[in-house]
Amino acid sequence: MKPEYKIISDLIEKNAKVLDVGCDDGTLMEFLKKNKNVNIRGIEISKKKVQTCIAKGLTVIEGNAEFDLKQFPNDSFEYVVLGQTLQAFINPEIVIKELLRVGNRAIVTIPNFGHWKVRLNLLFKGTMPITNSLPHDWYNTPNIHMCTIKDFVKFSKIINFKIFKSLALINENVSDINNSNLIFKNLFGELGIFLIEK
Amino acid sequence: MDIKQNIKTLIVEKPLKLDCGQTINNFPLAYETYGSLNHEKDNAILVFHALTGDQFVTGINPVTKKDGWWSYAVGSGKSIDTDKYFVICANVIGGCMGSFGPSHENPKTKKIYGTDFPVITINDMVNAQINLLDFFGIKKLFSIVGGSMGGMQVLQFISNYPDKTKTAIPIACTSSHSAQNIAFNELGRQAIAADHDWSDGNYNSKNVAPDKGLAVARMAAHITYLSKKGLQEKFGRKLQERDDLKFGFDADFQIESYLRYQGSVFVDRFDANSYLYITRAMDYFDLVKQFNGNLSDAFKDTKAKFFIISFTSDWLYPTQENKDIVIALNAVGANVGFVEIESDKGHDSFLLNIPDFLKALKNFLDKSYAEKLS
Repeated sequence: MKPEYKIISDLIEKNAKVLDVGCDDGTLMEFLKKNKNVNIRGIEISKKKVQTCIAKGLTVIEGNAEFDLKQFPNDSFEYVVLGQTLQAFINPEIVIKELLRVGNRAIVTIPNFGHWKVRLNLLFKGTMPITNSLPHDWYNTPNIHMCTIKDFVKFSKIINFKIFKSLALINENVSDINNSNLIFKNLFGELGIFLIEK
Repeated sequence: MDIKQNIKTLIVEKPLKLDCGQTINNFPLAYETYGSLNHEKDNAILVFHALTGDQFVTGINPVTKKDGWWSYAVGSGKSIDTDKYFVICANVIGGCMGSFGPSHENPKTKKIYGTDFPVITINDMVNAQINLLDFFGIKKLFSIVGGSMGGMQVLQFISNYPDKTKTAIPIACTSSHSAQNIAFNELGRQAIAADHDWSDGNYNSKNVAPDKGLAVARMAAHITYLSKKGLQEKFGRKLQERDDLKFGFDADFQIESYLRYQGSVFVDRFDANSYLYITRAMDYFDLVKQFNGNLSDAFKDTKAKFFIISFTSDWLYPTQENKDIVIALNAVGANVGFVEIESDKGHDSFLLNIPDFLKALKNFLDKSYAEKLS
């Protein structure tokens, strides 16, 4: 299980109605169901993974978050979770707006492209960085819109959403991000976890 | 053909007001069951058959002596596991496997109904079958399942009886018959009507049957159940028991021979007037219109857990039409799962051995049953 699942779970209130966007094989959905007794739905683009979720008894629809979130009415969910997939969308701005339309709040996690290893990788090798969390080559990566923790904070001001809580994951330890430590967290955080609101 | 002795029949005494305005009562509803109803009576699954199906879902059909139409999916240890669930399936009214249909005798005239039989709808079919629940003493079904026209019955059932099932699985279907669907059905009906032996529907009294017309109807429909890719892979331009073209109109190609065969075996088991009535029922099906343009309203009162399944190569009831149902359900916050299964077998996929489909169906049912939904 990914270390951020525990952190995401801590951000969600008990018995809430939750949508997991890009729910993968349903591991997080099961974890949230068990820990927070949430009423949870998933949306997933891969047929195989949808079938895995169905086999676990999870309610999942096959679909692409970029086009298929529009079927949900406004404020259908208390939380919408988007785990490490924002960078894979053609238009992340539309996706964020859709998340905040169908959910009261959204939890977005992003692999931090500003991490020092990524920076060194590019600086010394002079090629597109390949790390544990970003294992693809530039020509076959699904991650077409990589950003840093700092970029995401900036993004919130540009497209106008509130960051209610921001956390960084460093060596499986979680810590708050604030204005004074942003530069530091942007260098050492492997993952940014944001609870956002309209 | 004395088939009566092998057919279980419930005589529905309660009057049923049909959409066409007529009321019927004391009519026969032929059904079959598989597996056994448990003590709590919470393991019943009502299966709805498609256009040319019948109540003999699995095992050997006692009338045709062939495998039941859904033998891949229903049976011991299969997706709809008869060791676990009590499976009920009824022949739709308007059909020709024992349920009240156009080949029955009109008690008033002592003649076979033929086209004097009232036009029935999907709604009428479902309202006839709800009587099976009382008959078996079932308060709430565990599931309702059906593909194609069977899926339409699933949707109609849940809209008429929102609290009579815990789960619902409409497969490869639509909430509203499209112009293309109607066009193909009309082609079939006109093929039957063009057969001289149809005699305006009174062929029974003349001891003939419009077999040629019905066979052509079946051939045309059969093409719509397959995909271009599937046909090409199975038949291509392969020749039928000959080395070269014969420069005539015999079946040179395997596909021709195959379709002729499909047509010829169909007429042995199906009644032409039933074909007219059931295709009409499908054409009249428009759940969107029933709810004044808002399909979501059809589902707003149900707590049932839905699982919608479509197939990539199904162009008769394409994925988008199935997705429209998912969208309508999500709009009212219903509990709905959806998957499109990869298959090049066209609309027929739901009847075939498609492992991904059969697995998904089984997993959904077994997991939902374990959840003990209320």
